[in-house]
Amino acid sequence: MNIPFSLQLLNALAALLLLLSFAMLSQRRIVTLVNLLAVQGAVLCAATLLLAWRTGERHMYVSAALTLALKVVFLPWLLHRLMRRLAVYWDTEPMLHISGTMMLGLLIVVFSFGLAQPIAALASTATRNAVGIAVAVILLAFLSMITRRKAMSQVVGFLSMENGLFFGAMSATYGMPMVVELGVALDVLVAMLVLGVFFFQIREQFDSLDLHHLESLKEDR
Amino acid sequence: MSLSHWITQLLEVALALLAAPLFLGWVNQCRAWLQNRSAPSLLQPYRGIRKLFYKEAVIAYGASPLFRMAPYVVFGAMALAAAIIPTLGTRLPVTQAADAIALVGVLAMARVFVALAAMDVGTAFGTLGARREMMVGFLAEPALLMVVFVASLISASSALPAITEHLATQATTLMPSLAFIGVAFTLVLLAENARIPVDNPATHLELTMIHEALLLEYSARHLALMEWAAALKLFNYVCIGFALFVPWGVAVGTAPRALAVALPLLALKLAVAGAGLALIETVSAKLRVLRAPEFLATAFLFAVLGLLVHLLLGA
Repeated sequence: MNIPFSLQLLNALAALLLLLSFAMLSQRRIVTLVNLLAVQGAVLCAATLLLAWRTGERHMYVSAALTLALKVVFLPWLLHRLMRRLAVYWDTEPMLHISGTMMLGLLIVVFSFGLAQPIAALASTATRNAVGIAVAVILLAFLSMITRRKAMSQVVGFLSMENGLFFGAMSATYGMPMVVELGVALDVLVAMLVLGVFFFQIREQFDSLDLHHLESLKEDR
Repeated sequence: MSLSHWITQLLEVALALLAAPLFLGWVNQCRAWLQNRSAPSLLQPYRGIRKLFYKEAVIAYGASPLFRMAPYVVFGAMALAAAIIPTLGTRLPVTQAADAIALVGVLAMARVFVALAAMDVGTAFGTLGARREMMVGFLAEPALLMVVFVASLISASSALPAITEHLATQATTLMPSLAFIGVAFTLVLLAENARIPVDNPATHLELTMIHEALLLEYSARHLALMEWAAALKLFNYVCIGFALFVPWGVAVGTAPRALAVALPLLALKLAVAGAGLALIETVSAKLRVLRAPEFLATAFLFAVLGLLVHLLLGA
């Protein structure tokens, strides 16, 4: 095996991202969930920096800085603050048993590795193998959104999904155009702020952040 | 295979038999230090085994021959496993004769006999222990096999010595898959050897015990053999870990010089591993018995993730 060390390091970071996704899937405490999200952002930032250094693409330094500011510092801070003000620390028992979710997650990983094969075959980047991991991160975040009840953990799942998308774009084409990247970052930021307000509204209406209250259309209680 | 190979092989097994209680003593000593207790002597496990050999054996009324036979079978299986694992050298006759899957089979046979013997007398505790042991076993074995499979994929052979040689001689690369299966193996090791997150090795007569419940009906030389086999099992697992994850320094031939290098290195690795094991046991709390399947499912998950990552990234 003669792959250069920087690429080995990138592969290791990709594997770490996948591991973090599983850690988030198994986590019941929301505090730890948010911390894991911050760690995922940090790993993503490290991978972007490494890739920027490897390929010499200027704009990737900018997106690394953006990742650091937004996903490692600001959003986790915002989520921690929301958590304290709303006093939600634990998710209720998820819809599926934790071990069951994990096994489902494994199947999803197998599926997404298969799904990413044609994409990887078309891509010409050195990191194309990691596309499979990016797809897996996206789908695992999706799974965690499906199995959780609390609005808070669903938002964390949403942000983790965005991380996966970003990583996928990075490993398939060395990052999206700057305009798109800035747009997505702004979108996530605004969505987060709006959802923050929304949380308070939900709680005021239903006295809880449990989203199954939203499932019934009328208040026929 | 020449005579010198066989002599080295015998030496390896004898070393495993003698060093296993010492290793257990070392783990206990480290644990006592970490918990601010005054530590028992390193030789305490030997004293316990010797004392038991001098006592008169008492056998429960109605016990079948299987009950008497089990300690010898279990001890024999563990000694055979010690011969299969390349602890000192890789080119030894028994080490070459069996692959890693056979090794897992030998360990499984020991487990079956322990469980059968525990159920044989018909006491409640024995049956309870046997059930729990089988529950842990049926979850830990697939994880262990997965670990072995990933290592076999990496080195293109299912024979443990070949895996060890391949991993020891290849250029240093970052292997995420190896890290994943390393974590999986550590979890399996803790569960299989009744260490802390799953079982507490320091207590008798606790309702959540597994290992001690299996041995309740044994006394004297039978108990001594069972305890010795348990120490040997821990030693064996740690040595499988060395063969897979820290293979450097294992002798490829039987040249005295290579063995002279392998022996102190093995002692060093064992000292570090024992201290690490004591540290893990000190910082973690015992899980409820019903949480043990979740613990082992995590081990399986890590092993399968290692497999998938290896297939995708080729590393």
